[in-house]
Formats: sequence, structure tokens, C-alpha cells
Amino acid sequence: MARLFEFQGKKLLKEAGIRIPEGEVASSPEEAFHIAKRIGKPVVLKVQVWVTGRADIDGIQFAENPEEAKEKASHMLGMRVKTFIVDTLLVEEKLAIKAEYFVGIFVNDGLKAPLLIFSSVGGTGIEEIAKAYPEKIAQVPVDVVRGLRDYEARNLLLKTGISGRLLLQLSESLVRLYRTARKYDARSAEINPLVLTEDDLVYAADCHLVVDDYAVFRHPELGIEIAREFDRPPTPLEKIAYHVEEKDYRGTFYFLQMTEEISKEQKYIGFNGAGGGGSMMSMDAVLNKGFKLANYCDTSGNPAASKVYRAAKIILSQPNIKGYFASGSGVASQEQYHSARGLVKAFYEENLDIPGVIRLGGNFEEKAIEILANYLKNVPAKVEGYGRDDSPEYCAERMEKLIKENGFACHEVTPICDPVVPAEAYAFETFTGNIFIDHSRCQSCRTKGCVDACKAEVLKIDRGRPVLAISENDAQKGKCTECLACEIYCKFHEKDAITIHLPIPGLKEYREKVLKGTG
Amino acid sequence: MSILVDKDSRVLVQGITGREGMVRTQLMKDYGTNVIAGVTPGKGGTDVYDVPVYDSVEEAWKKEGPIDISVIFVPAALVKNAALEAIDAGVKLLVIVPDRVPIFDVLEISHLAKEKEANFVGPNTLGLLSPGKAVLGMIGGRAERAREWFRPGLIGVSSRSGGMTSAISYYLTEIGLGQSTIVHVGGDAVVGLSHPEVMELFEKDEQTKVVAMFGEIGTTQEERVADMIEQRRFTKPLIAFIGGKAAKSGTRFSHAGAIVEGLRGSYETKVNRLKEVGAHVVDLVSDIPKVAEKICKGETR
Repeated sequence: MARLFEFQGKKLLKEAGIRIPEGEVASSPEEAFHIAKRIGKPVVLKVQVWVTGRADIDGIQFAENPEEAKEKASHMLGMRVKTFIVDTLLVEEKLAIKAEYFVGIFVNDGLKAPLLIFSSVGGTGIEEIAKAYPEKIAQVPVDVVRGLRDYEARNLLLKTGISGRLLLQLSESLVRLYRTARKYDARSAEINPLVLTEDDLVYAADCHLVVDDYAVFRHPELGIEIAREFDRPPTPLEKIAYHVEEKDYRGTFYFLQMTEEISKEQKYIGFNGAGGGGSMMSMDAVLNKGFKLANYCDTSGNPAASKVYRAAKIILSQPNIKGYFASGSGVASQEQYHSARGLVKAFYEENLDIPGVIRLGGNFEEKAIEILANYLKNVPAKVEGYGRDDSPEYCAERMEKLIKENGFACHEVTPICDPVVPAEAYAFETFTGNIFIDHSRCQSCRTKGCVDACKAEVLKIDRGRPVLAISENDAQKGKCTECLACEIYCKFHEKDAITIHLPIPGLKEYREKVLKGTG
Repeated sequence: MSILVDKDSRVLVQGITGREGMVRTQLMKDYGTNVIAGVTPGKGGTDVYDVPVYDSVEEAWKKEGPIDISVIFVPAALVKNAALEAIDAGVKLLVIVPDRVPIFDVLEISHLAKEKEANFVGPNTLGLLSPGKAVLGMIGGRAERAREWFRPGLIGVSSRSGGMTSAISYYLTEIGLGQSTIVHVGGDAVVGLSHPEVMELFEKDEQTKVVAMFGEIGTTQEERVADMIEQRRFTKPLIAFIGGKAAKSGTRFSHAGAIVEGLRGSYETKVNRLKEVGAHVVDLVSDIPKVAEKICKGETR
């Protein structure tokens, strides 16, 4: 889920008419000084990170004057909070707080509706407060078509003991918060605390908004770079992976990096699952064997071979992993030879140095396993293919044995070399890459098997050479499905005349950094 | 009987002229699903594998007669309107296949469905299949595989994972246990028919004697099934597997989770609740057929 920082969320609340403290963001102590000076009152400095309980880790501090704000900011910026390095502070006027409340709106799976929750006691430790004072808390589902009405908000507040002028002030805030959540497709929207100040004004003192990943496309104004659930900013490798996915709608490709630092002693493997449930089950199987996952990756929903290829290249950009484990549900509806070909191309390009256990059960698994067996004979490490009758637990055992046989060797990341093709090669564009055919080699080819291998029928033989059977435009639009069958056939059975170039923007530079030890 | 779909169910395909729509219409027809019409606005008057295409659901209904089920294959951003159109026209069951449907769109669909007493499976579902009768969506991939992998029988299957819907059913078939209906409830946080609603249908279905459920961490579906067992609203033997034991918990639960649901949603709460009420919770998916066999032989219940 795409989370917004406090300062971003507050901006949206302000737009909706909810009062927020005067303030601005600072990324240097000097900026903090100037903001505090402009505010001209005592201020609060708050680190902008996606974790709760910031006060307990000195992530929220007060300053009486600009000098103190500068001094405190210098300590807070650069602070490490879990995997976050703090680079932004919100500097705000310090409020004179009389009372704190909690309000939240959450899409509830059981009710299939947004649920509005209000607590007349709020602040830090709301979970414990909720247990201690159940009578202070009330909730009401919101009619998603009609919206939240004023009187519904008032009735809710009345149940928690709120009355008088405060009732009107708070109900207005609740309605406005709901409108904001709805407008920006927020799966959850929280203000904790919503406060009443000594001068009887209601302020949102904090804000936590999570925008629905699937609706991010409706909100370019939010500038969300990666519509994914992260409790930290994405790593450089995750950004590279996300852009691959964004550019290719064929199937799913989800990549999450679990760690960026793997020492040679640790038992990390690269993980390539397929389908949420199957991936989870497979992950449990390898974790039970004492492995750790360097990454979690899911290639499913009938992905193109080119997509699986890119996933493998990204997974193999992690140094010191000891094995490559791929496994899904075991009985996939998708045709599994596409995934097999994607892996084959990646593994022979990489000259795979760590063992692979590839469980590709499902439609045409026999063919998929055969593809792995036939074309990966010559890579240095052993790759084994399995089907629906081999359990994930058995496959995890195989992974363990193969890693042992391989002497616990660690994966060494190699530089990415752009393919070398003769300038005069026949070439055309595909949906996400380019295909080059060196026709000078085709003369001595007896079988012209590339044409038969191409099930999408985009190739034909013209004067003894394979050329496009469809228009260049159609090939680029996706008629060429990037199944990689022509390249693999030509490489292993004929003259190695076909090169399919599938670029992954940023990966080359990333690996260079890894190799220099600065990744 | 089976649940939700039978060989006589009259099925419409929305988005029938698209890439997925065409391929899956062929699968459904080959398997025996009674596909009577398709809809793609602007493409009325054409046909796909001999299925007539109309411009609207209402038009299809007028020309072809009542429609029981609509299977939707339109892009995610258009799903809401397609679903509302079908419900408004009087269709009582939708199967919403696409992934990445915005959550508030799902809530709106659910709202109208409730009003018109309609149901929907999905979004983000592979669909459902009653062996030997009909398939909705894309389970099995190809008709001959679907016939080989799934056989008619006594076990109901409900799963939050598409692949595992097939996997569990296949492993059951392998040891000679057929299925009544297999349902992929969908992988999203909010889905139309979730595990509890599917259990309600299996409870009423005479063919179904035992139910296998694939659950996952997150949401409260499995806990709600446990509640049903406790309240005797679901009384058939249940075999459950919960995925995600090793996944890190905590990241996806905000304050509200704790306030409203207590600690529901985690692996432990799901497993403990289900065990408490007497469900068979297995540690390995491959144990599901073994336990099912024991139940069918009367060695346990």
C-alpha cells in the first residue's frame, strides 16, 4: 500500500478544511532554524518516517527557539529508524493541548465498507487505551455510495461522551476526513491524535494515510513513485524491478528485497515464487530448512518469458546468494514452458554459478522440465526441474543437498554486457526489446527450426532466411510474445544467429556498483 | 448438486472480444459451460467462437433470455461499470477475474450487489469450477487439463490462492477423491464471496460432505469461518491450511486492526481459532488429501 508521509497527508487534510499546525518540512538544520524563526513560537520537530511510536525513539522533539531547533535537527537528520535514514523533518508550531482524540477510517473486509472509528481518548498507546476504556470508543460503517452524513458523525461522537460545541467541531472534522479518504482512495486514514487546544480549536496533530495501490493511477498529483506496500523507502534494486513491471502488463512481477547485505557465511537464497498462495507455501518450505530469503519475488498470472527472464536477472544481481529456488502452487493453469525459457536464457547468460531448484508444476510441466534439462546442461551449476507431484518440502531438501554439493559457494555478480550483433543484422522491435538475426549465419542452417519454434507465428522463411511474417508494427505491439523459443532453438540446435535483447534499465549500473562494493 | 454453477447455468462473458475474454470463452465452452452470449460495447453483432456478441448486458438479456452468471474480463479500471451494469440488468452472480481493481470500486459493487441480492466472486480470481459440469473464469487453463485434474465428488474446495485451488483439487483427484465445486475466492483484501460465504453455500449443498480451505495471513476470513463453526452455522468437517507462517507479521496491521479485530489476521490467531473449534488444521498442503481420505472412510470427522 502506498503510504503517505505525515507532511503529505496533512497537506491533503488542510485542502479538505481540517486545521493543521503551522509548519514546513526541513532537510537541513539551517532550514529548521529558518522555519522555527518564521513560526516565531516554540516548535516541535518530527522525523518523517513510516513507523509508529516515534516519540519513544526521540523522533519527536521540542524546541523553544530557532537555535534549539537547529541544534536538535542536526541530531535528528541522519538518524537511523529501522531501515530508514531520516532525511526530512516536519517543523511545526507546538500546540497547547487540552485533550487528545483518535479518529480512523479503515476499509473493513468483513463489512465490505469503510469503518469509521472514534475514540474520545487518543494519543500514544491507543491500542491499550482501547482495551482499558471500551466505552470511549465507537464505530460505524459508512455507506460508500452516500458518503458520511453529519448526523451519523454526531451520533457516533455522542456514544463516546462528546457533546456541546465540541460535538460540532469534531463531527465536521470526521466528515472532512472521510471525504479526503474517499477522494484519494485511502484504504486507511488516521488522525492520532486529533487534538483540542487550550484556545478550543481542533487540530490534526498527526496524519497517517495509506492510498490503495490499485487506485494510485487515479492520483498522479500525489507523486507516488512505487505503488507498493513498504515500511521503508524502496531499495535501488526494487526500483529497477518495479519499472520492469510497470512497462509490461503481461502477468505479475513482484519483487521485494529482504536484505541488501549478505555475508558469505549466511544461508541466503534467491527466491522466485509463482502465485501468492503457492509462493507462501514454498517460502515456508525453504525457511523451515533454515534458509533465509534474499528476496521475495512472484512471477505469475501467465507472464511472458521475457518477464521471467528479467526477474531472474534481477534476482541474480544479489551477491552471495547460495541457490536459486523457484516454486509456485504446483498445479498452475499457465503454460509453464514460458517461465522455463525465461530462466534458461537468464541462466546461460549468467553462466549460473549456484544451483537452481525449479518447481514448475502445472500445464505443460513435462515440456518445461525438459527445456531446463536440455539447455542448462552446460552451465557450471546444477539446475533441477520439478513438477506437480514433487512437494515444496522435497524441493527444499534438494536445494539443501545441491548447495552442499556445490561447496556452499556464493554467487558472484557479473557485469552486464550489451549484446554484440553485426550492424547489418536483420532486426525488429518487440514489445519490450529487440530481436537481431544474423542472416549471414542462416545460410548454412539446415532446419530453419526457429520458424517452427515460434508458436505465435511471427516468423517466416524468405529466400532461405527467417524474417517477420507480420508487420513490424504488429510485432512491436505484442504479436511477438517474446517467448524466446527462436533464440533458444537457434543457439542450441543451429548457428546461434538470433539474439534477443531485453534491456533492464538501471541494472547495468547497479551491478557495476555492486562489483565496486558500493551497491 | 454443486454450488454457484451447474451445467445448465446460463453464462454471459463481458469483455468477450479482448485477449483474455476470447481465450477463456473457448476454455469454458470446451469444458461444457453454457456460454450463451458475450458483451463488448461497440462490438455488437459480431461473434466469438459462435457466441453472439452484444453491446450491452440488457440487450443480451432481451435477445437471449435470462442470464444467471456474468464472467468479467475487462481492464481493471472498467470493472466497476461492467459489474454495475450486469447487476442492474438482473444478473445474480458475477465472476470478476481481473487483478488490480481499486478497493472503493469493489465496495461500490458490493453495495449494489447487496441491494439487488446478487453475489460476486473476486476480483482477482481464477474463477470456479464444478467438475464435469462447468467452469467460470480460467481454472485449469485448458479443458482437457481441467478434465484430467478435477473429478466430480464430495469435497468442496475454497481457496484464497488461485494456484492452490487447482493444486489442492488435483492432489485430491490423485488419491481418488473428487470435488463438488472448487472456488478461488480471490486474492484481494476485499472480495465478494469470501471463505465464510462460501462455507455457507457448502453447508447447504447436499453433494458436499467435506470442505478443504486454503487460507492466508491477513483479513479475518478464516477467523470468521471459525466463528461459524462455533455457532453451528457450519457443521461439515473442515480441513484447513494457512499459508504465510514464516512471513513477518506486524507490518500490515495498523492501530485499527488491533482496536477492531483484536489480534485477528495473523497466522497464529487463524490456526488457534480454527483448532479451538475443531477444524483439522494441517501443516502441509499435501496432508489435506490424507485427512480428507480418513474423514471419507469414517476414521475421523
